[in-house]
Amino acid sequence: MERSRLVFSGSGGQGVITAAIILAKAAAIFENKNAIQSQSYGAAARGGSTRSDIIIDDSELYFPKVIQPNILVSLTQESYNKFSPIIRPGGLLLVDSKYVTIGKKVDAKHIALPMFNTIMEKIGKPIVFNICMLGTLIGISELIKPESIIRVLETTIPEDFMEMNEKALELGLEMGKKERY
Amino acid sequence: MTKQVFNFKDYIRPRFFPHMWCPGCGHGIVLGALLRAVHELGLDKNEIVMTSGIGCSSRISGYVDFHSLHTIHGRALAFATGVKLSKPNLKAIVPMGDGDALAIGGNHFIHAARRNIDITAIVMNNRIYGMTGGQFSPLSGSGKKATTAPYLTIDRSFDVVELAKSAGATFVARSTVYHATECKDLIKKGISHKGFSLVEILTQCPTYYGRKNKEGDAVQMMESYKANTAKIGSKKLEKDPGLIQRGVFVDNKDIPEYCEAYDKIIETAMKGKA
Amino acid sequence: MKNKNNIRFVQGNEACVEGAIYAGIDFFAGYPITPSTEIAEHLASRLPQKGGKFIQMEDEIASMGAVIGASLTGKKAMTATSGPGFSLKQEALGYACMAEIPCVIANVQRGGPSTGNPTHVSQGDVNQARWGTHGDHAIIALTASNHQDVFKVTVEAFNMAETYRTPVILLLDEVIGHMREKLVIPEQGDIPVVERLRTSVKKGVDYHPYLPREDGRLPMSDFGSEHRYNVTGLFHDMWGFPNNNPQVVSELLRHLVDKIESNVNEISMYKEYWMDDAEYILISYGSSARSAIHMAKNRRSRGVKIGVLELQTLWPFPADMVREKCAGAKAIIVVEMNMGQVVTQVKNAVDNPDNVFLANRVDGELITPSNIKSLLRMIQGKGV
Repeated sequence: MERSRLVFSGSGGQGVITAAIILAKAAAIFENKNAIQSQSYGAAARGGSTRSDIIIDDSELYFPKVIQPNILVSLTQESYNKFSPIIRPGGLLLVDSKYVTIGKKVDAKHIALPMFNTIMEKIGKPIVFNICMLGTLIGISELIKPESIIRVLETTIPEDFMEMNEKALELGLEMGKKERY
Repeated sequence: MTKQVFNFKDYIRPRFFPHMWCPGCGHGIVLGALLRAVHELGLDKNEIVMTSGIGCSSRISGYVDFHSLHTIHGRALAFATGVKLSKPNLKAIVPMGDGDALAIGGNHFIHAARRNIDITAIVMNNRIYGMTGGQFSPLSGSGKKATTAPYLTIDRSFDVVELAKSAGATFVARSTVYHATECKDLIKKGISHKGFSLVEILTQCPTYYGRKNKEGDAVQMMESYKANTAKIGSKKLEKDPGLIQRGVFVDNKDIPEYCEAYDKIIETAMKGKA
Repeated sequence: MKNKNNIRFVQGNEACVEGAIYAGIDFFAGYPITPSTEIAEHLASRLPQKGGKFIQMEDEIASMGAVIGASLTGKKAMTATSGPGFSLKQEALGYACMAEIPCVIANVQRGGPSTGNPTHVSQGDVNQARWGTHGDHAIIALTASNHQDVFKVTVEAFNMAETYRTPVILLLDEVIGHMREKLVIPEQGDIPVVERLRTSVKKGVDYHPYLPREDGRLPMSDFGSEHRYNVTGLFHDMWGFPNNNPQVVSELLRHLVDKIESNVNEISMYKEYWMDDAEYILISYGSSARSAIHMAKNRRSRGVKIGVLELQTLWPFPADMVREKCAGAKAIIVVEMNMGQVVTQVKNAVDNPDNVFLANRVDGELITPSNIKSLLRMIQGKGV
């Protein structure tokens, strides 16, 4: 595979870092790839802008940070404004249409989807917004298999929450598949 | 078991003597009381760990034929916490000076008390830093003379007993080196108590505190302990409530001891794993 | 392929915890501080599961003290901290050197001095690890650049602490501590574990806790067992009694330094990448080594004869090994995130110090492969 360099960005509490960990863990453990997840953060636990980097590849990984992502996900306007200029030419930009208004276009495929609104409409719990985002991203990019995400969720979240998370992932996949390019 | 006659030679390390305390220092009386307490309790020397910091009083740990850990200034209770928690069957005794226990070591003192870990802290209070040559301590009180207070101290003092009580110590007692037998009895109670115990012992430093503050020689200083203190519940105290109180202030057996509480954590954690 | 239960996707701090568990840790005392806190958090959960003890102390000094106390009862003990906490531990660390008490201190480095840059990476504590405590002494400090190696050097840290009766410092950094990657837990026995060497001296026979054997090792006796002895931070004789006789003082100090410095070859751990024909050599350690390896791999694919020497033992500094590996190199670039700490050691070690350059970054960000590439191009006369 080609090396995938991803940046997930948003605000603290949206589950951006959790989503990054789930994706990288799924790739590393259940698809036997090399994966690294890291994050930059400040002193605040909630609010403020967060960024998490993920690199996935078949070959050995050394430098763990992403300088130019070929996939950028932004879940807030602030993080979109901050990170959209660093996207790798020809890359993919995924944003949530409720939170982000696309401004000046960069050399990348721009996809804005109502991930948050869909979750609120169909499930009513903002807590699975990040899982829906993962589903959408995998739907578009086929980065890894959705089953690998499920397997990570099974080992990390209580059984009672499984159904809700699977539904959120599925909703995302449906939205994403329509945007394949 | 027939009780052997007490012989201090059974409990000291002759190689370490003569000791380094000045003539007239009260610390030897504390050592004597401690050894008699250990003897009367019938403790095995192998089960006692004496941990101390830095200062005249801290040298006690080397003189006794127990496991001994002579650490750094103020931190003895922290080291002893590691010893006790990792091997709770050991008896942890921590002799400290007033500066060691309550200035540099004040934080460790209140937190050991708060945890209620089974350590016996003996604060040998001579109200001065003796080893460094007579500087005032947090227990000197105001209006005293010391090498670092040539114009008299303006610092107020702690009341060790009150501090230990409010920090949550479950056994708190006070005596003086004039009352050697009482000292021994209170140390015995402290060691036997399951939880953090504090025994404050007023002990004279004729070399520095006494000379600087014109309190006389060792004998006069000891006599002042007799005159200025009174047992809790005594007629003497009733007549003169301003005297320094001696005896047991707190003896609370209802609070869980820290190492025992941690054993319950282990039980829970092991169940969770299985 | 290994059993899936042995495969984890974890932070470097958790890899350190798993290494400590593998090495047989019994006791941890610590105080919360970024970016090392995850070590304490994971051990709070893991230690009691195996009957071990975890305690959150009132401060960093107390944590170091408790670890020393626990070690004397025969337990394998560790603490973890970062920058300011490492400063606070220094006096007790020196005590452990003087009293020869095995223990492990992890310092997950962040930006300093002072409170500095708590959530960002730095490698500014290399010299503090060496000289942070006062007085002459020797120290062992280990580091690693990936989680498999963090696991391994943590086990080695415990092993060396027991072998040499000394505190060992694990010098990790924020990037390694916080990033997540795969860790395969080795089977028991894959990495040898050194247990405490206890005295065979029988009850009633004089035991000398501070008299080295022929092979230099000093068998210990646990507090609570039949040998009662004194432990002190003062200069002491073979019984552990304070002694300031000039000969005793001199012999003890020489022993404390020699037991480590004379075993530099056994203690030294390092890795080599494309070093066989390297004309340009990058020397690095910890997270910056990842950037160095990344950059070298990339340049190799373009025909540049470049290699990487990754140091895992920083102290005692393996000067002879570095000199041998660097003999004949056109240029040596030390890649580190400080104002030049290991580079000084490398300059002292090699035959031609003028060929040694520093590629550094001190802004709290991980040095990048292109940062290093720029310097290489300058050295090659190609401009940036």
